Amino acid sequence: MNTNVIFTYLPEYTEAFVLTIRIAWLGIAIAFGVGIISAFVLYFKIPTLSAIVKIYIELFRNTPLLVQLFFIYFGLPRIGINISAETCGIFGLGLLGGAYMAESIRSGLDTVSESQIKSASALGMTRLQIFRFVIFPQAVSVSIPALLANVIFLLKETSVFSAISLMDLMFTAKDLIGLYYNTVECLLLLVVFYCLMLLPVSIIGGYVEKKVRFGMFGV
Amino acid sequence: MGFEVLLKGNNFLRLLLGLGVSLRISVISVLISILAGIFLGILMSTDKPVIKLFSKIYLEVVRIMPQMVLLFIVFFGATRILGINISAELSAIIVFSFWGTAEMADLVRGALQSIPITQYESSKALGLNQTQTFVYIIIPQIVRRLIPLSINLITRMIKTTSLVMMIGIVEVLKVGQQIIEANRKVSPNAAFGVFATVFLLYFLACWPISLLSKKLEKKWEI
Amino acid sequence: MSDVLRIENLEKRYEDSIVLDDINITVKKGEVVVIVGPSGCGKSTLLRCLNGLEKIQEGSVVLEDQIVNPVSKNQEKVREKIGMVFQTYDLFPHMTILQNVMLAPLKVKKRNKQDVQTEALELLDRVGLLSKKDKYPRQLSGGQKQRVAIVRALIMHPEVLLLDEITAALDPEMVREVLDVVLSLAKEGRTMVIVTHEMQFAKAVADRVIFLDGGKIIEEGSSKEIFEHPKTDRLKTFLKSFTYDEQ
Repeated sequence: MNTNVIFTYLPEYTEAFVLTIRIAWLGIAIAFGVGIISAFVLYFKIPTLSAIVKIYIELFRNTPLLVQLFFIYFGLPRIGINISAETCGIFGLGLLGGAYMAESIRSGLDTVSESQIKSASALGMTRLQIFRFVIFPQAVSVSIPALLANVIFLLKETSVFSAISLMDLMFTAKDLIGLYYNTVECLLLLVVFYCLMLLPVSIIGGYVEKKVRFGMFGV
Repeated sequence: MGFEVLLKGNNFLRLLLGLGVSLRISVISVLISILAGIFLGILMSTDKPVIKLFSKIYLEVVRIMPQMVLLFIVFFGATRILGINISAELSAIIVFSFWGTAEMADLVRGALQSIPITQYESSKALGLNQTQTFVYIIIPQIVRRLIPLSINLITRMIKTTSLVMMIGIVEVLKVGQQIIEANRKVSPNAAFGVFATVFLLYFLACWPISLLSKKLEKKWEI
Repeated sequence: MSDVLRIENLEKRYEDSIVLDDINITVKKGEVVVIVGPSGCGKSTLLRCLNGLEKIQEGSVVLEDQIVNPVSKNQEKVREKIGMVFQTYDLFPHMTILQNVMLAPLKVKKRNKQDVQTEALELLDRVGLLSKKDKYPRQLSGGQKQRVAIVRALIMHPEVLLLDEITAALDPEMVREVLDVVLSLAKEGRTMVIVTHEMQFAKAVADRVIFLDGGKIIEEGSSKEIFEHPKTDRLKTFLKSFTYDEQ
């Protein structure tokens, strides 16, 4: 292995890393937003909207991100909708993630007991207040492990962005391997940067899961 | 809107055959994953420290490394580092089985641990021996928990196979690209129709399986 | 009457702490022995030692002439003669009520299916649950599940029946239906060892009561002796905790 090569490539990888992180976290932020709104719509069974949300969730949970990105990036411009590769990546990840987040939050919402809702309404709270102050906080704390698992899943999904010519980590690795044949060094850097991206979240996830699990048993 | 290219010649059939490639890779990988996963999962429920450490590292690698990265490592790495030439399809099967086995093993371990100790005890108290306890009491309950989850693994496997185009396997997405390229002049809008169709094909392959998994999960809820 | 179950010098330790210390009990045929005592006194552990679910460090448990504990290799043969019903019923969730009841006689005793089914239906009818035979455990109330668990143990024709706090997990209104079944079993002369914290029930069903505290037998006697004329202070204090009289 050639350590010099590693140092030569470091700037390119760092740049790609920053791009990947930026797209990932913007996408994940959108995913949370879309997920919360979708879960809200489903929970209150808002007419037509909840039908649309259901279709959206099924569509995006049952198709690969790569295919979604191809459709958005190459397909949509043909009917006059033009988006840059980066925007496409952010929204693609956001929409995919939104479908997963919605499901996780919704199953969290289902665990909040009927008696909680009844006792809140006995206190004179409105439906919205009950949702905002009683149901939602409980649901989120139950959903946290699932939500964190989704975050890890979405961070990993960013690895397909190179397919729509975003110069992310995968793109950089493939490019450099193709140009200079330093396969080992390039793959090593790829693994190291993905570890940098995912290990912290994974460690936090494991810690939180333990906390929540004990929390549920009241220990 | 570009759907018309699919009606030309055998284009649509080619697309379906492309999907067939993805499905073939998924099915082989799932079968390997389930078998190896059950074996490893049972192994992991024992308290051997060596196995625990090994499985912890293995699961963590699978948990944080994108399948795409693993694909690159096997496909590019094996050839250049080990000097063995592994075909793209075999690389894909190796990576997806490596990933699926970890997922399955974790599910098996979880299912084994979810059976309360009192189930073993009340079976013992009735005079059933160890083998009978496993055959009549424990395994049926584990299978009920595992079947919906393993079906779910199939859909995830199918979705993940879309990645194989990135290492040059001609599957549904790649065929789609080829059709679009070939008809660039005649149908400039082919990209919309073709990718919408691919999208729909994936959906039609995964959705029924997801529904089945949900239905079984409800049915066998304890 | 002949001795069915003999417990001699039983000692049970978890690491360094002694959970059960020098326990000696002899249960005669047709006798109902009730073990009472504060929580954590070791009464459930003692019961679990009686069919070998817990290993013991000293002494022995002998059923007729077979050694139950220390646990030997051929444990199942002895176990089928000792029925046990647990606090949490522990029916098998993937089987119907009838399947739950029939499993052990078919697989352990290898009895004829027709005979077993006839007997299972009779027993279920006796506890008032014939109509539930094709339901799954999750569709039954706690009291109903516990009655099934009793039937599941009875159909093995055990020499001794061990009941471990079988009403502790039940809602108050369901306690009665389960205890009635146990009372009728006592009347027909079944040998039972019962752990319970239902004092009224203990009084009604017991031929002999054993008061266990700190892993030791503190007092032993007829239900009248124990409940009406307790000798030791520990038993007196224990019994007081069940009444609401002003001190």
